[in-house]
Amino acid sequence: MDYEIHEHDVIVIGAGGAGLRAAIEASSQGVSVGLICKSLLGKAHTVMAEGGMAAALSNTDSRDSWEVHFRDTMRGGKMMNNWKMVKLFAQEAPARVNELEEWGALFDRTPDGRILQRNFGGHRFPRLAHVGDRTGLEMIRTLQNHGIHQGIDVYMECTIVDLLKDGDRIAGAFGYWRESGKYVMFRAKSVVLATGGIGKCYRITSNSWEGTGDGHALALRAGASLIDMEFVQFHPTGMVWPPSVRGLLVTEGVRGEGGILKNNKGERFMFKYIPEMFAAETADSEEEGKRWLNGDKNARRPPELLTRDVVARSIRAEKLAGRGTPHGGAFLDIASQRPADYIQRKLPSMYHQFKQLGNLDITKVPMEVGPTCHYVMGGVQVDPETASSSVPGLFAAGEVAGGLHGGNRLGGNSLTDLLVFGRRAGLGAAQYAKSLATMPKAHPDQVRAVEHTANLPFEDTGKENPYQVFQDLQVCMEEHSGIVRTGKELEKGLEEIATLKNRSTRLKVEGNRMYNPGWHSALDLRNLLAVSEAITLSALHRKESRGGHTREDFQDSSKEFAKVNTRVWLKNGTLAWEHIPHQDMPPELKKLLD
Amino acid sequence: MTDVTFRIFRGEREIGDFKEYHVTLSEGMVVLDAIHHIQAHDAHDLAVRWNCKAGKCGSCSAEVNGKPRLMCMTRMDMLPLDQPITVEPMRRFPHIRDLVTDVSFNYGVNKRIPPLKPQPRRADGTHRMQQKDIDRIQEFHKCIECFLCQDVCHVMRDHKVTDFAGPRFLMRCASLAMHPLDTVNRLEQLKDEFKIGYCNITKCCTEVCPENIQITDNAIIPMKERVAGGFYDPLAWLLRLITGRKAGERRPSV
Repeated sequence: MDYEIHEHDVIVIGAGGAGLRAAIEASSQGVSVGLICKSLLGKAHTVMAEGGMAAALSNTDSRDSWEVHFRDTMRGGKMMNNWKMVKLFAQEAPARVNELEEWGALFDRTPDGRILQRNFGGHRFPRLAHVGDRTGLEMIRTLQNHGIHQGIDVYMECTIVDLLKDGDRIAGAFGYWRESGKYVMFRAKSVVLATGGIGKCYRITSNSWEGTGDGHALALRAGASLIDMEFVQFHPTGMVWPPSVRGLLVTEGVRGEGGILKNNKGERFMFKYIPEMFAAETADSEEEGKRWLNGDKNARRPPELLTRDVVARSIRAEKLAGRGTPHGGAFLDIASQRPADYIQRKLPSMYHQFKQLGNLDITKVPMEVGPTCHYVMGGVQVDPETASSSVPGLFAAGEVAGGLHGGNRLGGNSLTDLLVFGRRAGLGAAQYAKSLATMPKAHPDQVRAVEHTANLPFEDTGKENPYQVFQDLQVCMEEHSGIVRTGKELEKGLEEIATLKNRSTRLKVEGNRMYNPGWHSALDLRNLLAVSEAITLSALHRKESRGGHTREDFQDSSKEFAKVNTRVWLKNGTLAWEHIPHQDMPPELKKLLD
Repeated sequence: MTDVTFRIFRGEREIGDFKEYHVTLSEGMVVLDAIHHIQAHDAHDLAVRWNCKAGKCGSCSAEVNGKPRLMCMTRMDMLPLDQPITVEPMRRFPHIRDLVTDVSFNYGVNKRIPPLKPQPRRADGTHRMQQKDIDRIQEFHKCIECFLCQDVCHVMRDHKVTDFAGPRFLMRCASLAMHPLDTVNRLEQLKDEFKIGYCNITKCCTEVCPENIQITDNAIIPMKERVAGGFYDPLAWLLRLITGRKAGERRPSV
């Protein structure tokens, strides 16, 4: 074996918000840290986050507190959340935001010079610290520019193919350099997965090419469990026209700043779709919505700010009833609600995005929007305190971890999640690494097997085009595991995934390993297939509708399923599943939920 | 729909040639869509760097018909379609393969900029800043690091000056120097190490910026003025002699 080898106490896979925060924390514990980025540093999907980061700073509304944030997050997650994680999250969020400011982030300000907070779906009070509509960029750049001075070794454009183990323990990771295609081995005592999401399983998605579920699949193959994989968030407002930008995100900030949703009859339809659970805190007339917009604190929030699952389903229902827009979505109108200069100041990148890509001035006319695959609530099952998985030495944080968001994530909770649990994972991984006296070692056979898998697409036996199999998988997931599901469709989906898996063993890639996107797609496909199967299998066995999981054959939420999470794991190479009961919530937290 | 001919640079380490591909346009298509179409159908191994396809990550920089642009934000209907469209890598940076270049120079410069060193927080635990005082730095923070300004800047591109930091990083220094909380003196570095004096304000960087940041007017010129005021103003020199303060040193906050 003649590989390039790097050795660290901790390696972090993924350099978005969670990965960077984990690396910074681990490094501050005095251990050696390697940070592996699939792309260039600073380009991860975190840059796409727009609206803001939720934290009960209570700057904009003094009635806010961690308790209300806890309540909103649990209710938004339809009580599927791991309450221990939610508690830590809500309590630690303000400190993480302040820390980011200390490192150079410049949030928009209140008139008295503090951090300004904006309204967002499912949050009772204005809670999102933000920078116009480019909060993610501010966050990743701040972490990046802080992180490069913390003694972390950064490996850019490096993709991990598989994790390595020494017995039960993590021993490192094996991957390739994008540029040269050469293989590289990382020896490490602990590994933090911070690889983000899975959006590329679907055809219409807000995710970049990187969202191929790498960490979810790496964890499965290394023996860890995934939970809540049936809960996939379809963001209600993606662009629907022109085709080349279909799925591209339109920030919830548009609705947070007062934007309203209308059908092709000009009707503001969200008033028809207010779930009972949220009726008491949602405006029931356009008149009350108007008062809320004008800052009346006694007015309740307009129904456009209901949770994402509710709004996405409503837009879909309007379209199916024949009340959709010309390109099959809904109208999102801020032009009639706010003056042009306000829109340009608070939503500059949305203005820019529509002007440049859609030939449309959002300060004058409504946008056309529809649901787009945005986020997976499910992920690696972790310990709330340390972010450790069931595999010793393997940690996970951010979108790749499960538990915090339950059945549906609130907008603005993701960016804070990255910081709170990125930090905890970095700390957990560093402490674990310190507890090991010697560096674990993977057996050479294991490394050779990974290399063999990676080389397969170049062998002459295959003839399948990886791009084609990739596209077929996306269509399969859209049709069978999409925004509304049935048992029959899900079963069909599992069959098709099995066929696609088979085809994926016969891929054919041209050229050599040097910067070869065809080959990269072939390897990403392996992860996408694993994740798609996990989603579909989990969805099949949750026979109810809840949050980001809607079943046409079981339209209501059920008491029986209210008490369990779905866990999937690999058992002798086959995906197994079970329902695991929730842990009892202490009475002082239960009290907060009403 | 219209058929368009693309001439795309294919090759490794500067050695290569333009190859022709044909693409049928669909509505709203951008250059990056065409590249992806070619990749999926005609050239599976065509190397291109991209991420968000929304003008937010700054990965897909290239030269389209000779102009530095983000491919994901360049609509096909903005280009003259009756002649072939050329797409080539950024010429300022070492070539790797096809449309991909080695931009590590930029990461190297960035690392040499000392991080923000903020004043202590107030007794109530907050930092207070007025929106109007951070408006202009927030403009600089819009930078997506596409490095198109670094690509086009003639100081580096034509005169091959390698010890010039380039517009992106002069602007980053400005964003720190103008940060209301920062306590670091950045003028010496701007003058001696980053050679801000080389910039002769031709504004090419501002012209190519996909975020429309006024790099020259709002960042570089004010910093040039501070450097000139700090180091070359005889009155300021005299004042420094008397007070013992260094050029660009901030007065203790009151």
